[in-house]
Amino acid sequence: MKIRVNGQEVEVQAGMSVAAVVMNLGLAARRSVTGEPRGPVCGMGVCFECRLWVDGEGPLRSCQMPVREGMEVVTDAV
Amino acid sequence: MVGGGIVGAACARQLEREGFHCVIVERDVMGSGATAAGMGHVVVMDDSEAQFALTRRSRDLWDAMELPDEVEFERCGTLWVAADEEELEAVRGKLAYYRERGVEAELLDARRLYEAERGLRAGMAGGFLVPGDSVIYAPCAAAWLGRGIERKKAEVLTLGDGWVELRGGERLEGDIVLCATGAWAAKLTPGLEVKPRKGHLAITDRYPGAIRHQLIELGYLKSAHGDSTESVAFNVQPRRTGQLLIGSSRQYGVEDGGVERHILERMLRRAVEYLPGLAAMQLIRVWAGFRAATPDKLPIIGLARNCSRTWLATGHEGLGITTCLGTAELLADLVMGRGTALRAADYAPGRFA
Amino acid sequence: MQYDLIVVGGGPAGMAAARAARDQGERVLLLDDNPGLGGQIWRGREDLRLEGVELGLGHTLTEWRGEAKRLILACGARELLLPFPGWTMPHVVGAGGLQALVKQGLAIQGKRVVVCGSGPLLLAVAANLRKAGAEVPRVAEQAPWEKLLTFGLGLWRWPSKIFEAVGYATSGYRAGLWPVEAWEGGVTLSDGSKINCDYVACGFGLVANGELARLLGCRMNGGLVAVDDWQRTSVEGVYAVGEMTGIGGVEKAEAEGRAAGARQRVTGNWGAFASALAKTFALREELRALATAETIVCRCEDVRWGRIATMGGKRQARLEARCGMGACQARICGPALEWMCGWGPENVRPPLFPLSVREFLRDRDEAGHPPTGHSL
Ligand SMILES: Cc1cc2nc3c(=O)[nH]c(=O)nc-3n(C[C@H](O)[C@H](O)[C@H](O)COP(=O)(O)OP(=O)(O)OC[C@H]3O[C@@H](n4cnc5c(N)ncnc54)[C@H](O)[C@@H]3O)c2cc1C
Ligand SMILES: Cc1cc2nc3c(=O)[nH]c(=O)nc-3n(C[C@H](O)[C@H](O)[C@H](O)COP(=O)(O)OP(=O)(O)OC[C@H]3O[C@@H](n4cnc5c(N)ncnc54)[C@H](O)[C@@H]3O)c2cc1C
Ligand code: FES
Repeated sequence: MKIRVNGQEVEVQAGMSVAAVVMNLGLAARRSVTGEPRGPVCGMGVCFECRLWVDGEGPLRSCQMPVREGMEVVTDAV
Repeated sequence: MVGGGIVGAACARQLEREGFHCVIVERDVMGSGATAAGMGHVVVMDDSEAQFALTRRSRDLWDAMELPDEVEFERCGTLWVAADEEELEAVRGKLAYYRERGVEAELLDARRLYEAERGLRAGMAGGFLVPGDSVIYAPCAAAWLGRGIERKKAEVLTLGDGWVELRGGERLEGDIVLCATGAWAAKLTPGLEVKPRKGHLAITDRYPGAIRHQLIELGYLKSAHGDSTESVAFNVQPRRTGQLLIGSSRQYGVEDGGVERHILERMLRRAVEYLPGLAAMQLIRVWAGFRAATPDKLPIIGLARNCSRTWLATGHEGLGITTCLGTAELLADLVMGRGTALRAADYAPGRFA
Repeated sequence: MQYDLIVVGGGPAGMAAARAARDQGERVLLLDDNPGLGGQIWRGREDLRLEGVELGLGHTLTEWRGEAKRLILACGARELLLPFPGWTMPHVVGAGGLQALVKQGLAIQGKRVVVCGSGPLLLAVAANLRKAGAEVPRVAEQAPWEKLLTFGLGLWRWPSKIFEAVGYATSGYRAGLWPVEAWEGGVTLSDGSKINCDYVACGFGLVANGELARLLGCRMNGGLVAVDDWQRTSVEGVYAVGEMTGIGGVEKAEAEGRAAGARQRVTGNWGAFASALAKTFALREELRALATAETIVCRCEDVRWGRIATMGGKRQARLEARCGMGACQARICGPALEWMCGWGPENVRPPLFPLSVREFLRDRDEAGHPPTGHSL
């Protein structure tokens, strides 16, 4: 299945989480309030470090979000 | 100084400047009462001449302060939103009133309203912009106002003339005792015309630039100044963090400080009616606090009944963050026996008798 | 919809509870915020079934409005993450966290991972990462050997646990060793060794997800939910099972879940096992001083240790420095500061987890369940 991450088309497997996709691409999920890059930490929905934007909504926890065909993911948006 | 909210802190600071040595007696963390619960909108309001005078004077005092960064002072202005022509028409009188008294204000037609705030729902008639209003972060403001002043963590059980008794039996005396315990004032001063009026707020994650002004529906005036047991109004504030702070609700007769879904729901629905983009924003926390409401919506500032050394500064309802500085100035003038810039009688404790 | 029982959490504890209640003919709804069943340990297994139980997966309970006769909390635990220089860099991940992310599809084949922190979880994580093709040059356990040995010897009392002891023979396992600084491409450990790696998988044991219990007003005991022998909390009709009542692993979780589901007394001496675990892996004093003034403690709001170190408690740190005010609502910095400074927990408020205003206002979800929205 295909999704878009920051405008780029990416081939992903059904069942993957958006957090895993983003990590595999070597991207940080978000910028912290002082500008540090941050990525997923807990993998279970409690740390909120994996927050990013999906289909224009956010910031949402990507580790709790399975990939969906055609979804538009935007990382690094403060 | 009993009570370490923003009012107690501002008064203590002012009296220290007059040469008093103050001790703030606070049962909890400084600024943890209504001060921690409030919105921090520094706003001029015109329910009465006295309210206008006090809020306006206080806003000038805030403007004159050199505040540290953590107080998050932002002069974002207030944009009162008129939903229909009737509201816009009614606001013309308000414009004249503000201008006559030297407070800058502007009427916006629909086009200019949407230039100012793109996120508002289509179909609004216009707005009333007060560019000089601001937003601060009240808990840090209270901590800053109270900086360097001696503190004592204790609960006052009894308030006398020039003395207080603490839980545990200790008694403190002062040339001046000030009761600034906000919504809890009637506990220490039985018969005082102060009732708790509950309010809910909700805060979102960070959405920098989503709105630029404190946005309030003109109907808010009815909610704030009316006496219905329960009301909500659209009132959304941009925080420096990029968060949106969503208000507001007013309830009488509720003692429990917990969050109540039914009123929160009404409040949020109202907010989404005006600002549809809110629907997609993440709410991260909701809470409730108590305003200290008086029958005429004005604070109580002056000597307590039958006292010569015990003073009151309470009853600031939904405006204590704004009016704490004007309150402190008035109180200090009264204590020092000087003439006052504001008409002291308007805020005098005895006025309800 | 009126349920006899609502179970919050679909890990071993919650699944056992739901099954046991169903077997007694109760009408059960089970909610989990994750899209799959299984909790932290079984997540991703395809053979998990819960017939006869209504499932609300991908649904976070954010608020309780009391629409069932009984409520069983089975919210599990999360890792204790302690601040040390560099811990906010993207290559530093929770130990269980990295494992969870691998289950979600993170490519780990051929990557180098240093596993560190504390607790038996480190062993499970190291083994699973290796199985998935990662290279694990070091597993650093902060607890000293002496304690591990005593614990290992005591395991005969819980026979089925013995296999876990085998783990101590894991290659690269060192006791009395902990991370002191992470840097781009690696980590420095307390013996001065600098190890290059792609990920640092670091967790200092587990803490209960107690927020929901506290929101409901259940009496807490330390960071755990206090329960009686029937797993009843101090609040009428509310039960707690699994890691929430004591960190003791999957068998304890299932035993407690079964008991609560069937309204029976729990069998087994799980309290003793949980406290033996806690004693063995007690955190050493040195870990309190890992953070420097510059180290970020609250990751959501980027509050540095120097800003709050001298404050009087969590409420002041929250109000004056925004510590714990961000999206995670102190789920990460809260337990860390509790351990570092002894600061008690802050009030919990709804929503238990952030959710959109729209979701908050939606009374019913598309399927029409009142409870499977986000509030009950
Ligand atoms: C939802 C909401 C929104 C608001 N929004 C705004 C706004 O936008 N702009 C604005 O200007 N105002 C706003 N307000 C009002 C403002 O918050 C209050 O008027 C102001 O904080 C009052 O300050 P205070 O010091 O009088 O009271 P508090 O901050 O409540 O302080 C009183 C203190 O006294 C202590 N105390 C009480 N009894 C005792 C005792 N017996 N012994 C020792 N200590 C005691 C309490 O612990 C407390 O800290 C809002 C209020 C609410 C509830
Ligand atoms: C990160 C991590 C990794 C672990 N890895 C291993 C391992 O590899 N091997 C091992 O033996 N043990 C492991 N454990 C220990 C293991 O979790 C326990 O032994 C066992 O799973 C506990 O079961 P439980 O049902 O109490 O909790 P969990 O399995 O944690 O289940 C709790 C469930 O509740 C859900 N939940 C929580 N709050 C809400 C809410 N408000 N609304 C909806 N759903 C909610 C959670 O998402 C979770 O799915 C791990 C623990 C953690 C924290
Ligand atoms: S990785 Fe922690 S919430 Fe997603």
